[in-house]
Amino acid sequence: MTAPLLEVRGLEVDFLQYERGLRRRAVPALTGMDLTARAGEVVALVGASGAGKSLLAHAVLGLLPPNAVERGTVAVDGEPLSPEQRRRLAGHGTTLLPQSASFLDPLSRIGRQVRRTARLAGHADPRRAAEQALAERGLGREVLRRYPHELSGGMARRVLVAMAVLTRPRLLLADEPTTGLPTDLVRTTLREFRVLADAGAAVVLVTHELRAALDVADRVVIVRDGRTVDVADPAGFTGDGAALAHPYTRALWQALPGNGFRVPEVR
Amino acid sequence: MAVDLLTRAAPMLRALTGRLVRLLLLLAAVATASFALMAHSPVDPVDAYVGGDIAAIGPEQRAQIAERWGLDDPPLERFGAWLGNLVQGDLGRSLTFNAPVTEVIGERFLTSLALMATAWVLSGLVGFGLGVLAGARQGRLTDRVVCWWAYTLASAPTFWVGLLLLYVFSVSLGWAPVCCAVPVGALAEDVTLLDRVQHLVLPALTLSIVGVAPVVLHTRHAVIHALAGDHVALARAQGESPTGVIVHRVLRHAAAPAVLLQFAALGELFGGSVLAEQVFSYPGLGAATTAAALGQDVPLLLGIALFTTVFVFVGNQVGDLVHARLDPRVVDDLVRARRGRWRRDPDPDVLPAVEPLPVVPEPEPAGRGAR
Repeated sequence: MTAPLLEVRGLEVDFLQYERGLRRRAVPALTGMDLTARAGEVVALVGASGAGKSLLAHAVLGLLPPNAVERGTVAVDGEPLSPEQRRRLAGHGTTLLPQSASFLDPLSRIGRQVRRTARLAGHADPRRAAEQALAERGLGREVLRRYPHELSGGMARRVLVAMAVLTRPRLLLADEPTTGLPTDLVRTTLREFRVLADAGAAVVLVTHELRAALDVADRVVIVRDGRTVDVADPAGFTGDGAALAHPYTRALWQALPGNGFRVPEVR
Repeated sequence: MAVDLLTRAAPMLRALTGRLVRLLLLLAAVATASFALMAHSPVDPVDAYVGGDIAAIGPEQRAQIAERWGLDDPPLERFGAWLGNLVQGDLGRSLTFNAPVTEVIGERFLTSLALMATAWVLSGLVGFGLGVLAGARQGRLTDRVVCWWAYTLASAPTFWVGLLLLYVFSVSLGWAPVCCAVPVGALAEDVTLLDRVQHLVLPALTLSIVGVAPVVLHTRHAVIHALAGDHVALARAQGESPTGVIVHRVLRHAAAPAVLLQFAALGELFGGSVLAEQVFSYPGLGAATTAAALGQDVPLLLGIALFTTVFVFVGNQVGDLVHARLDPRVVDDLVRARRGRWRRDPDPDVLPAVEPLPVVPEPEPAGRGAR
């Protein structure tokens, strides 16, 4: 059996902070993340806000700020890589689908930015590739001349998806790509990931919309307070969650509206 | 077509009128304030005019001069007379140069313009370049050297820097002339362009050195801020190189504050030229200002004050325009009137989706500011 495309083992991240003078303090952010994503898989990374989901995505891309300290292993194709090596891999195989329109350059027209992405990804005709990627997501040519602040939230998300797909990723880290979108657009976006995965990519879908993610995910990784607590089969998320082994996973499922809205005290 | 032109011209006209009104109000305030200052100044204009020959003239002659100049009239009357002439374009006669004020200012300004423009462009380019360099290499040795240099310059007075340059390059090394805009004693038709440039270098350098520090420090900060932005993180995640990040994702962010600062610094540039021209005996508007102030040449001083006001005001307005062009999020009435593109457009016609991904268009918010 071949090595998984992405394997994260016991990843810990601390942030060094200076407080009052020169005293240094390490603030733990991730305390033990495990995640495996194989080619052809969509892995959903689910957890409450502040659990460290986005941080994991940025760490895998080697995009953490300089004051971050990392421990544990992140292996791509079975080979453990340092943050610098992962940083070099960014854009060449791995890519990020960020969570908000603030990731677009506010001073550059959409057309320019998407063309730049296409050029970096090595498309022969960046202009055509960019226009086509946007058109496939229902964005016409008039969008090319706009600035990010002239787009609606939904349009900006579609631009970001177009950019992510243009980079032809083998490993896509989607950081809450559907938060705040209307249901139909959530479904369309998630289907994009399924298409990518079926074409042989691995997709890590960071989300807190558990129910929507279940439609496309092959596995669900549950994180809590910077730590992976459970890896569950999407099929287990039915009824009152009796098939779910881990109490926190079950509690998360049961806390959803429509599943009883129960918020039990889990320790 | 004509109607279309008219509807597009109307907001532009309104914006221009607004600016003109602001300028006129500013000019009125400056004229009143500087006239009041001059009227209460302790220097006697006749004494200043006569200078060393004071012993040679009697009190009758003094009275005659004073009467000819209308110095005995009440200040309000003198101010009124001056304003009346001003509206007709007559700024009066300069006592020190014995020529019409408009002529003196026009001539002196042209000489200063070469100096100030050189200094301005130089400080802008050098400041921006160093700022980008320092910001891109934040915390490294390059950054620390540039910052140290900028802080040193920021705390060095113009005249002192000028004297230092004079000492090193003119006196010790003998590379540059010690004074003036042209060789001393040369006939006007013999002066070459090279002569002028040679005489310009040191004063321009002095003047630009003073303006460089703020541009460096602000640009550096803007670069650091932009580099920490989300859009840079995305560019990196898409494989943009460090140089590519600077060129494609940072330069424009850093240029906006630098441009604004550089245009806003026109006033300081003028103030600096007063000192720099004095040190280098450069016969520009700055030196004329000093001469007018020492000789209590009220018409010339007021003329220069008004001229500087217009100069600085126009500079700031141009800065606003350029800034708004660099940053599309800045709302400037004049630029918007010119731009007129993305004003409250309805839904863009959403193209039918291409296989295999059907896209359902969501309702778009109406406002252009919606994100």
